[in-house]
Amino acid sequence: MYLDPDVSHAVKILIVGHFGVGKTTCIGSLSEIEPLRTEEEITEASEGYDDLSGTPHKKTTTVAMDFGRLTLSDTLVLYLFGTPGQERFKEMWEELSRGALGALVLVDPERLHESFPVLDLVESFGLAYAIGVNHFEGTTDYPLDEIHEALNLTADTPVVRCDVRDETTSAQALITLVTHLMSQLG
Amino acid sequence: MPDEPEHELELTSPLVPLFVITNGRALPPDHEYEHTTLVMAAPESAAAARTLSPEAGQVMELVADGFLSVAEVAGHTHLPLGIVRILLAQLEEDGLILVRRPIPRAERVDRELVSAVLDGLKNRFGA
Repeated sequence: MYLDPDVSHAVKILIVGHFGVGKTTCIGSLSEIEPLRTEEEITEASEGYDDLSGTPHKKTTTVAMDFGRLTLSDTLVLYLFGTPGQERFKEMWEELSRGALGALVLVDPERLHESFPVLDLVESFGLAYAIGVNHFEGTTDYPLDEIHEALNLTADTPVVRCDVRDETTSAQALITLVTHLMSQLG
Repeated sequence: MPDEPEHELELTSPLVPLFVITNGRALPPDHEYEHTTLVMAAPESAAAARTLSPEAGQVMELVADGFLSVAEVAGHTHLPLGIVRILLAQLEEDGLILVRRPIPRAERVDRELVSAVLDGLKNRFGA
């Protein structure tokens, strides 16, 4: 359960995507620990009812976030945070994007339009990213260049196919992202 | 010792029990205990830990034998992250935990660090 006593660097990568795209499954396929869940507090505009907290226009609610862990060496550990992609979770993004290496954006080829708000968030927080196209065997195999174009991505943004239930292809997507991060550092 | 005045507590509000757990303390600035900040019980903290609140004691027990991230402390204890942060601030102030904070974000991400992440992933997954 514990980290290596010599651990000195804890880094994070965000696994992002719209609701139901497979973030938690992806984390479960990669993580060395059983994925854990945190209760994050966010403030939201309250609906028009009486609010007992004394702040009439905002209320605090909690959002569950799943995460996993990968020990990469005696001194280095990587955390994967499954970050929900809706605009109303911006507050969580502000904190989670701070110091994050980058983001793996999971997309469902059948519901590509649902990924636009996610891409907006990733870009507004200045995160480098790669796209993981979640592909289950037996579903339509869309050409990756068509997905690249449909998502209106810059030419150098990697798009890779993965099955989030499978460790090997999920790991390959993560490696593609980190390779992309390296190339961006020049 | 004078009795504490009885306050009428609004028990339907979720803030009340949380407020009690933290003994009325406020949240420290969130970056003070980021998700990836690592914590572990300080040596010889076990005796003092026995006098803590049940929740703070639960945190101390969890990190008694090694480092875990703040996120993992929240995950294992099922306490909201905001509460965990307040408890950790208290424990650090009392010298009961060791804290390793992530390196503050530099102007650009450290190339050596990203390279180590890439090597680590390739080794781990045999790619």
